[in-house]
Amino acid sequence: MNSTTSTGGIKPKHQRLVLLVIALVALIGAGLLAAYALSNQASYFYVPADLVKVPPEQGRAIRLGGMVEKGSLKTRPDGITIDFVVGDGKARVPVRYTGITPDLFVEGSGVVAEGRMEGNVFVADNLLAKHDENYVPRQMGDMSAEQIKQVVAETK
Amino acid sequence: MHGFANPARFLRLARWMMPLFLVSGLLLSLGAVLYGLLVVPPDRLMGDTVRILFIHVPAAWLGMAGWSTIAVASLVELVWRHPLAAIAGRAAAVPGAAFTAICLATGSIWARPTWGTWWVWDGRLTSFLVLLFLYFGYIALSSAAQRDMAGGGGGSRITAIFGLVGAVNIPIINRSVVWWNSLHQPPSITAGKSAIDATFLWPLLIAALGFSLVFGGVVLARMRTLLADIQAEARLRRKAMA
Repeated sequence: MNSTTSTGGIKPKHQRLVLLVIALVALIGAGLLAAYALSNQASYFYVPADLVKVPPEQGRAIRLGGMVEKGSLKTRPDGITIDFVVGDGKARVPVRYTGITPDLFVEGSGVVAEGRMEGNVFVADNLLAKHDENYVPRQMGDMSAEQIKQVVAETK
Repeated sequence: MHGFANPARFLRLARWMMPLFLVSGLLLSLGAVLYGLLVVPPDRLMGDTVRILFIHVPAAWLGMAGWSTIAVASLVELVWRHPLAAIAGRAAAVPGAAFTAICLATGSIWARPTWGTWWVWDGRLTSFLVLLFLYFGYIALSSAAQRDMAGGGGGSRITAIFGLVGAVNIPIINRSVVWWNSLHQPPSITAGKSAIDATFLWPLLIAALGFSLVFGGVVLARMRTLLADIQAEARLRRKAMA
């Protein structure tokens, strides 16, 4: 950042602007590259398709995330062990878990399970419920899709 | 632009804008949050926990808007050497950090019943915690630079460069839930579409407007204080010389 040059060159403030814009572009480029390089490591969980494509070592602690398939949730006779299937539309992984489930853990909603692969079954030590981006009041949520359509049509 | 470089003119404007922003902002925030607490129906899955939305989301937006303010002020300070820009950047840091902390705290309280955990190290949560630490760094640096000014150092410029570099985190926070699998949900409001039902969306937007006005009012108040400090110091120095 030089002081004024009276030889008809560019103004110092324009020079500073150009330098800063170049620096900023380089900085954002570096940030994007770093974020892109991190794309696998920075993910919080694997989806079923990842586990099928590159099977992880047996017994290594990993997280598995996806949707709890409708109709797959079954409780064993001991009352606290559950079996269900986590899917992402491309692959499905059976999961076994013993313990108390979070309130939002229901069929058809998202889940992140912490645990390890044992054979073809993912054995979870901990379940986290994943909330999706939809916020719907209870009255509407209890209705079926047709009912909502009907109500919306009536109020129009 | 240079019309506003004049601190006297700025002070005349700030004198009536500051109370206007603060009072209207507090009224709107309080109204929207109370409406969210008492009137809005519970969510289909989350139940009453959804009510924290009206504090958490505006606080998150303002936490990020605070650093965006710092970044723009830093650019103006570095390129145009605008004296008020430096002060605006310093003034935005503390309220920005406060909103960031509120966002992290309310998010954690929401996460315990919803996800089943207080905290996870996913992309969104981690990058937002980094934002809080960036604020701490910026505040420390700018107060060190202020002490350094008496010695005629270039500390203020270093603070501004830090403000610009830290802005890299803002798009990362914004995109973190899209780039990486995360426990935090993806954005609900994208380019004109909202996955938030109108029952929740209206009080949310009014709370966001209220929080923004409070933020603006606090920034103006802090700018006036910083300007008064500088004037007082200059006067003392002149007296010492005489």
